Amino acid sequence: MALDLTGERGGAAAAARARALRRLAARPHLRWTKVGLGAVVCLGAVLVGCLVGPAGLGVRGVLLELVDAVPGVEVDSGMTLTQQAIFWEIRLPRVVLGVLVGAMLAAAGTAYQGVFRNPLADPYLLGISSGAGLGATVGIVAGGGVGPVGIPLLAFVGGLLGVAATYALGSTVGAGRGAVVIVLAGVAVGAFFNAIQNFVQQQYDDSLLSVYSWMLGRLSTDGWSDVVIALPYVVVSCAVILVHRRVLDVMAVGDVEAASLGVDPARVRLVLVVTATLGTAAVVSVSGLIGFVGIVVPHAVRLLFGAAHHTLLPLALLLGAAFLVLADVVARTALAPSEVPIGVVTALVGAPFFLVVLRRHRGTL
Amino acid sequence: MLLLLVVALVAGCGGVDTVDEAAAPEGTENADAEFPVEVLSGPVGGGDEVTIESEPVSIISLSPTATEMLFEVGAGDQVVAVDDQSDYPDEAPRTKLSGYEPNVEAILEYEPDLVIAADDTGDLVANLEKARVPTLLLPAAADLEESYSQLERIGAATGHAEEAEEAVGELRQDIEDALAAAPDATGTTYFHELSTDYYTASGETFIGEVYGLFGLENIADTSKTGDLYPQLNDEFIVEADPDLVFLADSQCCGVKVKDVAKRPGWRQMSAVSDGQVHVVDEDVASRWGPRVVDFVEQVSDILVEREEQLEGSGG
Repeated sequence: MALDLTGERGGAAAAARARALRRLAARPHLRWTKVGLGAVVCLGAVLVGCLVGPAGLGVRGVLLELVDAVPGVEVDSGMTLTQQAIFWEIRLPRVVLGVLVGAMLAAAGTAYQGVFRNPLADPYLLGISSGAGLGATVGIVAGGGVGPVGIPLLAFVGGLLGVAATYALGSTVGAGRGAVVIVLAGVAVGAFFNAIQNFVQQQYDDSLLSVYSWMLGRLSTDGWSDVVIALPYVVVSCAVILVHRRVLDVMAVGDVEAASLGVDPARVRLVLVVTATLGTAAVVSVSGLIGFVGIVVPHAVRLLFGAAHHTLLPLALLLGAAFLVLADVVARTALAPSEVPIGVVTALVGAPFFLVVLRRHRGTL
Repeated sequence: MLLLLVVALVAGCGGVDTVDEAAAPEGTENADAEFPVEVLSGPVGGGDEVTIESEPVSIISLSPTATEMLFEVGAGDQVVAVDDQSDYPDEAPRTKLSGYEPNVEAILEYEPDLVIAADDTGDLVANLEKARVPTLLLPAAADLEESYSQLERIGAATGHAEEAEEAVGELRQDIEDALAAAPDATGTTYFHELSTDYYTASGETFIGEVYGLFGLENIADTSKTGDLYPQLNDEFIVEADPDLVFLADSQCCGVKVKDVAKRPGWRQMSAVSDGQVHVVDEDVASRWGPRVVDFVEQVSDILVEREEQLEGSGG
């Protein structure tokens, strides 16, 4: 189904809204085949992520090592202690972190696009990433004093400030003008936060390398500890967003219609924005700024599988995870033993892919 | 008699250089006689000559290495301002001037008659030229010879050519001694860590050259990218299993030797299990100035100790 996401007025749109409302009243269920397909793709990406890397671990060794990890099964993988350490302490945490970060960014992007009824909304364009970036930079510059919990917290505060500023600007300056004004406000807020961040960086150029590498995005240098930091935020945020999938479908029809179905649009908007921002800030603080996932994955899924959130959200989450895991495979192997920043890979790989999807579906746009 | 006198005078005039060196160097007139001088600005073999009209008395250094060199050759009193990164020696007149983002107006406030910088950021040289201030560019040295050349050029530009020559002689000798004291480390591999996210200096850098003098092999040199300061992948570092790890991120980022063993996979690394993770002074290691000898001696000591330990355990 193709819902009108831009809030445009007109007879055709009204008819579409009426159709959508009837369909919503019928309580649609998850399209399990589509979600199942997404899950298979995600698992496949995880397997590729486990098997491929700059260290030659051998396909057989990795597979046997995974089998060995099953409780009650004991096989000898033939891996050396060093290879085992590389697999369990470096490669696997990166793959798992890729799943968390990718799922979170895609879910957050879908949620923002839903609540703002704006196809262009994404953590980047709403000023959230740059706000979170400023918060995390302050944390990095402050050094050890802030600690592993402090950086996500600062990033969250920054991200929330970013989206609040964007929303406030967008709704006062350009009240009633819709999607484009919010995005333009986001660009202004983002530029402002970036400028402050650059200034802070320049004052503390000792940590320049760290901040630079963080800005381009990078998965895990710290093994499982980054996974442990991100996991609770991601699980809670994604769960809250997923629970709201039906409500998002209702909101897509319009605030008045949503209210008539017993949904409080303002409350839902607040809950989802805070949740998605918290999750985004948490992953941004461990993995740096990884662009593109939040906007491209939801749109690609929408074009390929439809715009209804009850299918869109779980699929975006699964495919976002798969996309980032595969992007990281490229990031760590393309120029091995050097690293390519994953943000570079997501844009280089994601943009052409997205254009192909756009071209194929131009008729439905 | 008269003829002889005239001949002697003419000979004297013709050979200014030799006469100056032979004559008493304390006379101010003699020191002035060295100017104007032409000094090479930029890398050896690729730079331009810069003319310095008279002995500079208000020098600005925008490079920590140049600052150390200026004080080494005895031109410290002529320096009026150094950049915010120049933290050695203590008596250097440190200011808020930045070498990364040079501000020409702020530099000219000090009315310099010579500016020394490592990079021509933001057309620094051209802008200072408009104000008729000569600028000496001394970019990061590629090897020790380049570093010696820069020391000599700073000596020539400031009227301390002799001291510079002496300093270079001493440096050569001390470095040779440190190298002679160390065991041959050919085939021993190392990782030089610049930051906690594994940025490193390859063997092609000045730092790498210094390690190379001992025969040490850089694990980053198998990198296909040709990047001088690549960011290495963590799997790669653990698999490369370096014999030695040098931490040049202790001052900046608080990395301690005992932290390193807790990193994912590092327990299995030879350098960690053999106790061969060492903190090096990152300021000394990242500058190509006169204190490079401290760095060479530090590496030499580490290798001597390691040799003793290997002999002890090997029986």
